[in-house]
Amino acid sequence: MSGAEESGAHEAHDDREGRRPGAGDHGAQGHGARGAGDVPHGSGPGRSPRIPMPRASVEDGGLPLPDLADPGDLAPVPLDLPHDVLKSLLGAWALAACSADETVAVEDHLGTCGGGADEARRLREAVGLLRRPESLDLDPALRDRVLESCLDRRPPRIPVPGWAAPYDAETARLDALLQDFGDAEWHAPVRLRWFEADAPATRRTTVAGVIAHLMSVDGLIAAALGLEDLLAGVAEAAGKDAVGPAGRTEAYWRASHFPPTRSVQAPWRDQSHSLVRSVSFTGSHSGGLAVSYGDFELPLRDAMLDRAFECWVHAEDIAEAVAYPYEPPAPRHLNRMIDLAARMLPLALAERRRAGLSAPGRTPHLVPAGAPGRSLRLEIEGAGGGQWLIPLDSPAAVGSADFEVAHVALDGVEFCRLAAGHVPPQEAAAGQVGDREAIRDVLFAAAGLSRM
Amino acid sequence: MADKDVPPRWDRRMQQRLARGEAAALGELYDRFASLVHSLAHRVLGEEAAADTVTREVFAHIWEHPETYDPKQGNLRSWVAAVVHRLAVQRLRDSETAALPRRSERATEDLERKVSRASAAARADYIVHSMPAPLRAALELAYFQRRDYRQTATDLGVTEDEARRRLRLGLQLLSTAHDTGTPPGYGGAV
Repeated sequence: MSGAEESGAHEAHDDREGRRPGAGDHGAQGHGARGAGDVPHGSGPGRSPRIPMPRASVEDGGLPLPDLADPGDLAPVPLDLPHDVLKSLLGAWALAACSADETVAVEDHLGTCGGGADEARRLREAVGLLRRPESLDLDPALRDRVLESCLDRRPPRIPVPGWAAPYDAETARLDALLQDFGDAEWHAPVRLRWFEADAPATRRTTVAGVIAHLMSVDGLIAAALGLEDLLAGVAEAAGKDAVGPAGRTEAYWRASHFPPTRSVQAPWRDQSHSLVRSVSFTGSHSGGLAVSYGDFELPLRDAMLDRAFECWVHAEDIAEAVAYPYEPPAPRHLNRMIDLAARMLPLALAERRRAGLSAPGRTPHLVPAGAPGRSLRLEIEGAGGGQWLIPLDSPAAVGSADFEVAHVALDGVEFCRLAAGHVPPQEAAAGQVGDREAIRDVLFAAAGLSRM
Repeated sequence: MADKDVPPRWDRRMQQRLARGEAAALGELYDRFASLVHSLAHRVLGEEAAADTVTREVFAHIWEHPETYDPKQGNLRSWVAAVVHRLAVQRLRDSETAALPRRSERATEDLERKVSRASAAARADYIVHSMPAPLRAALELAYFQRRDYRQTATDLGVTEDEARRRLRLGLQLLSTAHDTGTPPGYGGAV
């Protein structure tokens, strides 16, 4: 067989679905697109010396032309293979993955071996069943719909508390995003961004590093619930530096000699599943349990919302790093996350005053606890939106429409990006009416809610 | 898939958790099996919306009747696949029957052929999905990457004998998808 014939046969069988084993097709040689003229001399990579090499035209070699009647060494050498070797070749034969002379030897043998012919037929039919796996991109919204319809049909005896539902949904979405990642994606660089002391801060890591970060901080809740802390050893070694979110993450990153790999996915996911499971058992009345973040505490129900929010924000960081699309959370979950941020704003405003980042309010100490105070109306537009009155002068005061001094309107996702430190407060696309100082303060306080 | 390495203990615990009505267990079940369920349903029905519906039915069935899983008959994964298979084929048959203009022998034969083709395709997917990873890797190289068995052997770092053995065994497993009745991997729930 000449190189030209071989290439031609291969091209004719380029469509894998229609491929049938045959004498001319010892196709899987990996050079089917080449013409006969540019076939390389010598052994190509991965080629077995047992298969005759395609050769350059003899006219190009300056050698005497062979006699037309002389077949030279192009003549097929009949293979004399024992029965069991021929049988062992049946799989490769059915897949058109053996050499031409082996193909001939197998097919000759099948004419005389009934059992072999029967198996050959079955295996060839089986090849027809091979399909590329379909895209595994499940609609992420399907999870919610499926679970909801299940729980409608049979109400759960141990439900997932409403405040844990966003965390359950966001961790599932991120897990699904990670599902098809190869090494290139796991090691893609990610720049974590947040706001600190009114200035943007960043930290470089990788996709796997982000998952390690999520796992490290989720561990704060695991610890509060009395579950095993995956970072127990690391945190102990790092001492009091490793108490808050950033400290734990840095300690975890440091403790490993190698950068995090995809192997963090399973422990992260196991921990997130066990958090959802545990809070279901402790029930909705456990929502008040304090979770320590090092220098502050959140009640469990808010900590779970905070972790859901962080999971979404970092999932977006990851999706951006690998150029995948990623949707915002379901509106009712988004609404809870916005609500948490809105509730945290008064304290954040007070801290800004304490840190000298903003001037004291005009009526700071005149507001008794629980009394209405000077307020900013935060209007969040879009799915999951709503209105919140933020007391400006004291966390103890109650937001009041009667004392409204400013009105800010923002899209829900834009507000979340602001609160995640991904949009600088000066650039947040916000409609603003009223006390400019109050508005500036609230936008900076929102950005200040972010952390690594 | 990673969950082949999960011990049967996980299966039994999952069944207990579902039986006692733990919503968190249902979420975990979905996270583990949704892509299997959806892709098998899609293979049978060839349509996204129908596959979504069957996915919903499958999880509802498992959630409502976790006790019908018998760990002695096989692992949870194969049982889930069997439930998908049954519900998806049922749905295909129902919708095809409804679409028949009138009952003729020819139309019924066509329908049965279509059903058995879809059925075999779904079984084949499941078999490929669940076969030992070395066999799947060999088939992947020889079929999708168009490597011959010698190159396959080199790629996998095994002998040529071993590469031939894997390709043959992989196809032998796959060929059972054409068998009607219960394929061995399906755990006897079809």
